[in-house]
Amino acid sequence: MAADSILTVRNLKVAFDTPDGVVEAVKGIDLDVKSGETLAIVGESGSGKSQTMMGIMGLLAKNGRAIGSASYRGKELIGLPMKELNTVRGAKITMIFQEPMTSLDPLYTIGRQIAEPIVHHRGGNFKQAKARALELLELVGIPDPARRINSYPHELSGGQRQRVMIAMALANEPDILIADEPTTALDVTIQAQILDLLKSLQEKFGMAVVLITHDLGIVRHFANRVAVMRRGEVVETGTTIDIFERPQADYTRMLLAAEPSGRKASPPDSAPIILEGRNVCVDYHTGGGLFSRASGTFRAVDDITLRLKQGQTIGIVGESGSGKSTLGRALLKLLPASGHIRFETRDISHFGRSTMRPLRHELQLVFQDPYGSLSPRQTVGEIITEGLYVHAPQLSKVERDRRAIEALKEVGLDPAARNRYPHEFSGGQRQRIAIARAMILKPKVVILDEPTSALDRSVQGQVIELLRGLQTSHDLSYIFISHDLSVIKAMSDYVIVMKNGKIVEEGETDAIFDAPKQDYTKTLMNAVYTA
Amino acid sequence: MISFVLRRLASAVPTLFIVVTISFFLMRFAPGGPFNLERPLPPQTMANLMRTYQLDQPLWRQYLTYITNAVTGDFGPSYIYKDNTVAELIAKGLPYSLELGFYALLVALIGGVLAGTIAALRQNSILDFAIMSVSTIGVTVPNFVVGPVLTLIFAVILAWLPAGSWGDGSLRFLILPMIALALPQLAVFARLTRGSMIEALHTDHIRTARAYGLPARTVVVTHAMRAALLPVVSYLAPCAAALLTGSAVIETIFTIPGVGRYFVLGAINRDYTLVMGTVVLVAIFVIVFNLVVDILYGLLDPRVRHD
Repeated sequence: MAADSILTVRNLKVAFDTPDGVVEAVKGIDLDVKSGETLAIVGESGSGKSQTMMGIMGLLAKNGRAIGSASYRGKELIGLPMKELNTVRGAKITMIFQEPMTSLDPLYTIGRQIAEPIVHHRGGNFKQAKARALELLELVGIPDPARRINSYPHELSGGQRQRVMIAMALANEPDILIADEPTTALDVTIQAQILDLLKSLQEKFGMAVVLITHDLGIVRHFANRVAVMRRGEVVETGTTIDIFERPQADYTRMLLAAEPSGRKASPPDSAPIILEGRNVCVDYHTGGGLFSRASGTFRAVDDITLRLKQGQTIGIVGESGSGKSTLGRALLKLLPASGHIRFETRDISHFGRSTMRPLRHELQLVFQDPYGSLSPRQTVGEIITEGLYVHAPQLSKVERDRRAIEALKEVGLDPAARNRYPHEFSGGQRQRIAIARAMILKPKVVILDEPTSALDRSVQGQVIELLRGLQTSHDLSYIFISHDLSVIKAMSDYVIVMKNGKIVEEGETDAIFDAPKQDYTKTLMNAVYTA
Repeated sequence: MISFVLRRLASAVPTLFIVVTISFFLMRFAPGGPFNLERPLPPQTMANLMRTYQLDQPLWRQYLTYITNAVTGDFGPSYIYKDNTVAELIAKGLPYSLELGFYALLVALIGGVLAGTIAALRQNSILDFAIMSVSTIGVTVPNFVVGPVLTLIFAVILAWLPAGSWGDGSLRFLILPMIALALPQLAVFARLTRGSMIEALHTDHIRTARAYGLPARTVVVTHAMRAALLPVVSYLAPCAAALLTGSAVIETIFTIPGVGRYFVLGAINRDYTLVMGTVVLVAIFVIVFNLVVDILYGLLDPRVRHD
């Protein structure tokens, strides 16, 4: 046992009883957390990185159990009676979670929620604890803490809520802070602020941080040591430098190589413009009930002009609420918008539902959520051929099936997949199905709305490869919407940076990435941690 | 808050107006009338009666007369209970229904929430199974079965409690009708609470509370329970309105002189004014309780606070 290890995990297993039998999510792992260090546990979804910590903290779902050993300063935590475990968690070991929107109780003020563990672990009354909560809120950089202390979670932004969670985690000056994907749900600029805050507070309080993440860029910047997990096992442990410079395990090498890379070849300058939007604006109406007085409009997309050439990819990058997805939908006439939209030679600005229909197969859309965008009650074959019924009704059943096979092969799936249902596929495979659904109609323009954001890095790389390959073989034009700069860089010829519905900056990809001109673009770039 | 209440009360006026209008014409379009008895009255008598009660007037005039009178609180005479106005009948019966309904509501709410919480905390145990089975019975067995069975067991066989009537209004007389009235609602509350409690126990913020070492009781009572009660509170409005305005079945079985009976008696006898009176009564209760519940909801859930 390492002498300075304050949390020593040995042969820890986490198992879940499921209708299909016992599933081992963590298969006997060893870990050491040393005083004051930052240990990153890295892995893709399903690697067991979160469940390891949930098991140690006694937070597994009812059908789960942890076996083995996890001792905190000589005190065995596995199998500890709940009452005793409750003297450790929230006091000596605290946690912050991935979901800042739901991790706080919506029914209590944030002041009360920070005060509650203080009162519980240190005694005293809520009034004293609230005074401490106020200090903490100031420490984590909540503006106007004296007023904010009486706010409810829904009155705060995601980043502010995560700051509140950090305040709660620090309240009892813990030895170990477990941060489970603390910034995954946040915009990049907010992510950078939260991570910097965590780092400075770690220096101030001298606690150890266990950072659970899938993001290698974050690991490289913040961790002292790294444990790489895969399928419930630790495949490699080492210092951050060793892991990144001299990875031993194949899996680690694969993870590092999975960072999106490469570029696509630009279309020739003579390529014709295939889709053009001029002065596009989208307004949303807010409020305005029968007896309510307040109503107004919110301009989600504000005077955007863009020209997409044949074979080109325009990357639209921006944080949540920037209007990038709305713009994508407006260009396909899926939302009422003002301004001019031209597809090939036709002005489609005033096209309605029925006039648009013959054009729809040439203008396709792929969504972010590969789970929600495929009907769970249709087979994959039915899903991808559905569009053919509208756009090529003359096709025979045999011909439709032939096209389905062709489309599935093209996206790298086994044609046998068409008789199965979406839930039988992984996230990456589902996204391939969604792409096949668009490709079967032989589109000219595809709008890709965060198609890789819900996927693990290694899968992301494959999907990007696929999309680039399809683009070359079919001379497709893409509008690629993402908040992820590394993906944008790997996909786009031309980049548009959006904020609050407006274009902040636009230009060739290299120009934007190498020499951003606007402060906002620079902030975005600096906020990204490259692995 | 005050402006919210005022706005809601203001919107109650058109609601009531619509309810009154629809039920007025629905009643009139039902075949028969208040004086169509099994043995037809002599034409002259009939004509006299119709004139006395202004039923010979054109329908629109009757409607206008009713509306103008109703605004002043005059709901007209009952056609069946000839010596009483509708307002008198309701004023006489309502206290009985209110008292019985209030106790039943209390029993249903407290019993249901407790049973539902226990079932949720012991999810899939025998206790959970037992509570849910009983409440399924509570929902499915109609009260005209529950009432007589309760009477048979506790009044006839065991002879512990009186079989019916208001008696001296003491608890002894109220227990059986109260249970019969409360049981279906108790079952609904139990099922609602169990469902929302299970959901609440699986939320992220409950995980947070547990991760911070808060004792199980604090986690359940202060965090899960409050969230779990929100749907229960929503159901409180229709439930309270239904229980407090009396049940025709229960009042008939246990011979309680409440207002619930008037609904059915009025409808059967085409006692237009009596039906209209009870409709207005129920509508007012529903509107008021919905308002109360919305205010309560705002107090429980800061996300929907009214300002």
